[in-house]
Amino acid sequence: MVPCQLSVAGSPQLTLGARRIVSATDPKPLASTIVRDDEAQLVSAAKAGDVSAFEELVNRYERKIFRLGMNITQNREDAEDVMQDAFLKSFQNLDRFQGDSRFYTWLVRIAVNEALMKLRKRRPNQVSLDEPLTEADDPIFREIEDWGPSPEQRFAQTELNEILTQVIGELDPIFRVVFLLRDVEGISTEETAQVLGISVAAVKSRLLRTRLKLRQKLNKYFRRSESQ
Amino acid sequence: MNCKKVILELTSYLDGVLDASVRIDLEQHLARCSDCRVVVDTTRKTIQIFCNSEPVPLPDDVRERLHTALLERFRRNSKTI
Repeated sequence: MVPCQLSVAGSPQLTLGARRIVSATDPKPLASTIVRDDEAQLVSAAKAGDVSAFEELVNRYERKIFRLGMNITQNREDAEDVMQDAFLKSFQNLDRFQGDSRFYTWLVRIAVNEALMKLRKRRPNQVSLDEPLTEADDPIFREIEDWGPSPEQRFAQTELNEILTQVIGELDPIFRVVFLLRDVEGISTEETAQVLGISVAAVKSRLLRTRLKLRQKLNKYFRRSESQ
Repeated sequence: MNCKKVILELTSYLDGVLDASVRIDLEQHLARCSDCRVVVDTTRKTIQIFCNSEPVPLPDDVRERLHTALLERFRRNSKTI
């Protein structure tokens, strides 16, 4: 799955990613946004002992893995450990990588496991991915107000990043991780279920709830009345 | 289709994996229900905003420690080969 892919049948195709944007009118991805397709070659070279190839993979993904670690753990030191351990373990176990998925997906899987271990150590009684969901905080149909065409453009990039960090940090980890894997990292529903050790149905249910919760949380910043 | 059903199908709709007949029902509902249109539209924008966000900057000291640790691992591995 392409990272951040939204595909609504009947509407113009819009594919978004941290580094790729394709619009309906211009289907050709921007050169700087294309996910480079030499990843498999780099992995093969790294497996054969070419450390510079592995370093290229590190350079390519270090920021994303650090962001993922920050988003899950909400702690800089933990995020650093997560990133370092993920790259060291992936290097150490490169021989076991069979190429069934993208290297990046495999790396994300390692990083998520490391991040969840950090959370469990920090809050052993609070982080359970099997925790049942309650209906008490049902966000559905609260605060229905349009945001206008490009609500994020009302904020400077730094301010927007702070808002996003805050709202995602307010979520329970069981929701946060599912959203980050599925919607930000573009990991498939099945792979997300595998990584987290939960059912596909649980992934779908949590993704729906998380999307609605985040919508509700962002509403106070982006609703049209805020811009007037 | 009613509003509750739209919400239940929202994720599949936004991911483009909804059965064609259900999608048509859903879109017919959206055409006449402004509340659902807003929920669908703002949920879609929520995902887009997160997707478009830049990865946080990687602090220089953090990056340096990562690459030092990797170099150390590379050296150790080359000695064992």
